[in-house]
Amino acid sequence: MPDIAAAFRLDRPGFCLDVDLGLPGRGVSALFGPSGSGKTTLLRCIAGLERPPRGRLVFKGEIWQNGTNGLPPHRRPLGYVFQEASLFPHLTVLGNLRYGQKRSAEARPEGLEQAIELLAIGHLLTRQPATLSGGERQRVAIARALAVGPRMLLMDEPLAALDLPRKREILPYLERLRDQLDIPILYVSHAPDEVARLADHIVVLDAGRVVASGPLSETLARLDLPIRLGEDIGVVLEATVGAIDAEWRLARVDFVDGGLWTRDRGLPAGQRVRLRVLARDVSLAVGETGNSSIQNSLDGVVDSLGDDEHPGLLLVRVAIGKSYLIARLTRRSAAQLGIAVGQPVKAQIKSVALME
Amino acid sequence: MLTAADLEALSLTVRLATTATLILFLLGTPLAWWLARSRAWWKQPIRAVVALPLVLPPSVIGFYLLVALGPHGPGGRLTEALGLGTLPFTFWGLVVASVIYSLPFMVQPLQGAFEAIGEWPLEVAATLRASPLDRFFSVAVPLARPGFVTAGILSFAHTVGEFGVVLMIGGNIPGVSRVASVQIYDYVEAAEYANAHRLAAALLLFSFLVLLAMYLWRPHTVTTPGKGG
Repeated sequence: MPDIAAAFRLDRPGFCLDVDLGLPGRGVSALFGPSGSGKTTLLRCIAGLERPPRGRLVFKGEIWQNGTNGLPPHRRPLGYVFQEASLFPHLTVLGNLRYGQKRSAEARPEGLEQAIELLAIGHLLTRQPATLSGGERQRVAIARALAVGPRMLLMDEPLAALDLPRKREILPYLERLRDQLDIPILYVSHAPDEVARLADHIVVLDAGRVVASGPLSETLARLDLPIRLGEDIGVVLEATVGAIDAEWRLARVDFVDGGLWTRDRGLPAGQRVRLRVLARDVSLAVGETGNSSIQNSLDGVVDSLGDDEHPGLLLVRVAIGKSYLIARLTRRSAAQLGIAVGQPVKAQIKSVALME
Repeated sequence: MLTAADLEALSLTVRLATTATLILFLLGTPLAWWLARSRAWWKQPIRAVVALPLVLPPSVIGFYLLVALGPHGPGGRLTEALGLGTLPFTFWGLVVASVIYSLPFMVQPLQGAFEAIGEWPLEVAATLRASPLDRFFSVAVPLARPGFVTAGILSFAHTVGEFGVVLMIGGNIPGVSRVASVQIYDYVEAAEYANAHRLAAALLLFSFLVLLAMYLWRPHTVTTPGKGG
């Protein structure tokens, strides 16, 4: 029995949400899919903002909705962060933060201070929402949702309305939430980089249905995901910074089955990081390779083959111990190398993205 | 200067407009809220009924009210059964008539203000534990404040300016139903143009100042409903 069990069916003209889903009771679960896939609608059903005629929602043993009977949204112990700036324009920042806190039975007095500290908005409390930047507004909105003392945090594309610098401003705060809160976070996104960076669990939605659900690394390493990730196909590896090569300004990050050299970003040894390795950055070699500019080469075995969007391309999953990499090859080079399941190969990695 | 009779008429006018506006806030707010948010098919007929005083001649409204509130009308039977007597030719008869006559001036600005708020602040408030009634008072009312100000000013000013309905249902009784507009009519009937001028100028100035204050306060957003006969 999963900690959170959600099953909804909602018919709309031109759209039907039909999901039956189990989610873990901690960590970040990303609801991921293209626009129109139903991820926001699913989140609204969980919050009680949509009342599907058929639904069942059980949160850690408590029934929040059963058939047509359900708790109204204001009785569900959750926090909700909306996509657009959602601060009340008639209240100051502090007034906004207190709005939910003073109405919530679960709110603890220190919860407000913790939320203010976690989002670093102490200097904004007396400001009017209209005078804040987009990033500041969204930080206040997140703090406001936390100040009610929620047992689950729902976030509906909290970065979608922000430009790239503002996104970079907020992401570290979201990582702090993930690392410091012990409540589950449901995070709606259509951006693969956000999901790779934040999520522990991923639910892939398409046309109102769940097409995949599972731990992030495992799910991203599947070659049979029915949605098109295009250039974003790749895997995520949990790793720690192992060694620093001061002379060449490089850092080695170790995952469970190997290590990869990347440029030194000043992270201390022992720091936990995530590595994102995109399929387009992995090439395969068979037999002894000569000199190459590529520093990172891992020994593995071809695990499975999958179709790519373009008929001239092939996705190859390589097992490195218990971890996986996905490589994108042209079918011609795969044929020339004689790539087949079970064959030993060297995976050469041109670049990795490192996420704290 | 204004005579004692003028002052009595003006004081009655202000009392009538204040009472009617307060009652209109109580009746018009829930009605406007419902009109702004309901998806029922019979919302449009209700809207049309609310807007009727904008287009009907006041004498028509006054005539039907006189019939309805008279001793043989349903309203009159009700007030008599309650031991209140009949309302025509009393102050409270004028209040009832003013409330009906000025209803669109209260409901339409409020409805517009409630519609302009949209769904999102109420949904946000719901996720922050506010019950529906709490959401109304803590979010909808503050965000619709300009609508409340406009609606209050327009209802008050429109009641001050009513004439035909008053004549029909209130007659012309000093201290009871002889409001300023009726007093001016009396002066003109008696060819006392100097007296009529003073009171008319006072009303003209009042109306101008009210509208000016409103437009200065919100120069772009106020739209005044059309005024009927």
